Amino acid sequence: MKIPMAAVVALCAPLASAGEKPLAFVGGRVIPIDGPEIAQGVLVVDQGKVVAVGVEGETRIPADAERLDLSGRVVMPGLVDTHSHIGSVEGADASAPIQPEVRALDAVNVRDPRLRKARAGGITTVNVMPGSGHLLSGQTVYLKLRPGHTLEELLIPNPQSGLVGGIKMANGTNSRRKPPFPGTRAKSAALVREQYVKAQEYRRKLAEAAEDPNKAPARDLGLEALVEVLDGRRMVHHHTHRHDDIVSVLRLKQEFGFRVVLHHVSEAWKVADEIAEAGVGASIILVDSPGGKLEAMDLQWKSGAALERAGALVGFHTDDPITDSRHFLRSAGLAVRAGMSREKVLYGLTQAGALMLDLGDRVGSLAPGKDADFVVLDGDPLDYRTHVLETWVEGRKVFDRSDPEDRLYATGGLGAGREQPREAHLCGDHEEDAR
Amino acid sequence: MRRVASLLPALVLLAAPAAPQIAVRGETVYTMAGAPLRDGVVLVRGGKIERVGAASQVRVPSGWRTLRAKVVTPGLVDAHSVVGIAGWLNQPHDQDQIEPSAPLQPELRAIDAYNPEDRLVDWVRSLGVTTLHTGHAPGTVVSGQTLVAKTRGRRVEDAVIVPAAMLAATLGEGARTREEGKSPGTRAKAVALLRAELIKAQEHRRKRETAEKGKEPDRSLRLEALERVLAGEMPLLVTVHRAHDILSALRLAQEFSLRIVLDGAAEAHLVTEPIRSSGAPVILHPTMARDFGELENMTKAAASLLREAGIPFALQSGYESYVPKTRVVLFEAGMAAAYGLSFEAALAAITIDAAKLLGLDARVGSLEAGKDGDLALYDGDPFAWTTRCVATVIEGEVVSEGAF
Repeated sequence: MKIPMAAVVALCAPLASAGEKPLAFVGGRVIPIDGPEIAQGVLVVDQGKVVAVGVEGETRIPADAERLDLSGRVVMPGLVDTHSHIGSVEGADASAPIQPEVRALDAVNVRDPRLRKARAGGITTVNVMPGSGHLLSGQTVYLKLRPGHTLEELLIPNPQSGLVGGIKMANGTNSRRKPPFPGTRAKSAALVREQYVKAQEYRRKLAEAAEDPNKAPARDLGLEALVEVLDGRRMVHHHTHRHDDIVSVLRLKQEFGFRVVLHHVSEAWKVADEIAEAGVGASIILVDSPGGKLEAMDLQWKSGAALERAGALVGFHTDDPITDSRHFLRSAGLAVRAGMSREKVLYGLTQAGALMLDLGDRVGSLAPGKDADFVVLDGDPLDYRTHVLETWVEGRKVFDRSDPEDRLYATGGLGAGREQPREAHLCGDHEEDAR
Repeated sequence: MRRVASLLPALVLLAAPAAPQIAVRGETVYTMAGAPLRDGVVLVRGGKIERVGAASQVRVPSGWRTLRAKVVTPGLVDAHSVVGIAGWLNQPHDQDQIEPSAPLQPELRAIDAYNPEDRLVDWVRSLGVTTLHTGHAPGTVVSGQTLVAKTRGRRVEDAVIVPAAMLAATLGEGARTREEGKSPGTRAKAVALLRAELIKAQEHRRKRETAEKGKEPDRSLRLEALERVLAGEMPLLVTVHRAHDILSALRLAQEFSLRIVLDGAAEAHLVTEPIRSSGAPVILHPTMARDFGELENMTKAAASLLREAGIPFALQSGYESYVPKTRVVLFEAGMAAAYGLSFEAALAAITIDAAKLLGLDARVGSLEAGKDGDLALYDGDPFAWTTRCVATVIEGEVVSEGAF
């Protein structure tokens, strides 16, 4: 599914490039992710992009740049949440276990206060997914948490594929339900295989009809999406917990050749080598206790460390509301507690997540040419007392803890569960309070 | 009450054998009874704390095992949990937190359901929790009698220290039944049901007290439980979130002169003055509770707001219906400390203040001579995400060791 880029740009673009002066953030500790931390750094931003990152005094700051002092602050790339349910998202209904034609795109409310809470948590890019009660619950949508009031303003069409998201699959227990849903694990895999075989046939027919459009099969929205998956253009985001379920995903990946990110992977610590060997990314979540359902009974915080040791790409997700978007940094802290390195958890919160969404060349680190998505913190990202002070997306401030209304969404209180009216015209008036 | 009294000798007989002596030395020891000690030592003999002081002042008797840690705190006290009742697997066979067959069932006792071997008991213990106030979950108007247990033992008798602690009630949206034609379908009906039952218990007590010998009314387990509440022997633990529901709970307490404890209380920060003047303490929702439904107006700064208002409170792990199956008070206190509560006040909310709220501060919650030898040992600031709990001690016995 393609969204014309023009539609995205039309609403907010004039503001984003209306002759703003470059911004130079100076004096803060900069964690660029793709290089060593800089004790006293400079971040220069212009036209929504990072222009320069470096040591203060050694980094050229444009003469016309507006300087913003970040002494005592910490700057790092905006966080990438690879798996979230903000925006009151919905996907497939209860009519069938596999519904690839259903798009999260058609069901996200961008005025949902959880988006504001996610900004307060420092999240700038998020994969909003339908749930895990289906073998395949629909197409996911990747959002930049720009201050827009329509979904179109938040989309990130992929320059190569033109797609705006991946596809959500699940195995294990959540998708085992009454008919027409599968009752066993083997049946789950059989239904998925059957569907992908259909998609292979559909793709073959499409190829055969390349010369003669009259021979083309009737359009099938679901199979079209699965062909995108088979072609490697649409990433599979796969809910999976138990070690054997994880290995089942790898088996399907091998059979059909799709690209996949494993999500949750509670028992990754048991099959870390197999995950690494398959060359797939794993996005983990750290919750405060094991259990809550059978497939999470052996969940351990050490999965991150085990995957890191095995050499696998490790990302993180909130699964909001399973964990709160405002506590995303905490997941990384718990991973360090269980043996993961500081370097890899910070990478996991940013660049690894970006790679999992095929956005690695655009977001995830502070490097010249990348989007100016970053957070300003009042302390170390892994310190429990640290707060996100500001969140910036493409050079524009989308959260400011010193603003009472933003603070309401950051901390909570009367009215924090509702959409505040300002959201409706944020795109228009955000210009004035962009800093 | 008779039934409880009859349990007590059994508890004494079944108590674990006297634990060996142990010394715990910490670079910082938060006794929660005065300023923290730098390089402090706690001596535990026969399950009780014998001495607490600076390492330079307190000699560890020879032959004693000494545990060392960067930070030592009293064993943590979770002021309200469902651990041991709502099991970790979340399958029908291990979910005993709510009995939906009737809206008021004060005769249900947590002691008849508590599973000391549930994995979550072990889990919270491995993070420093030694005392749990646990029982039936919110969800019906009166769901049952809670208990207080130490996080140890293989039988409930080995674990329990207060067999019937509070009577758990719910008002507001949480008390509503979803079944058509059943009560309570509204918040007012829930209050009416509870008032009617309390009046029945008053009548029952009056009849029993004024009856001629041999003509006493029949025993009623449910009314006996409510009579204990009316007599002030057992507080009514009212889970309630909305401001107006909190005020309803206070109105009810006033009408029947009840000792109540407000539980959850997501909108307590909006009605601090009525709560403060009522004298009711609050067992506050977890700082990281999900802010949906009745909790939509909760704030992560609630603990600090209650403290500023002079309302006694403690923190809880609460009830979770899915993943994670339980929260951990250590983490909730840490998050409260990140939202305005001082470090020491946050630690107090899961140690001495929780013990006071449960009426157990003579026994647990601080490191003082004569109290139970319950300690938690950490390799750094207990609230830091990267700090690990290296050992947990209950009454002198090392019940958890490793690093979680």
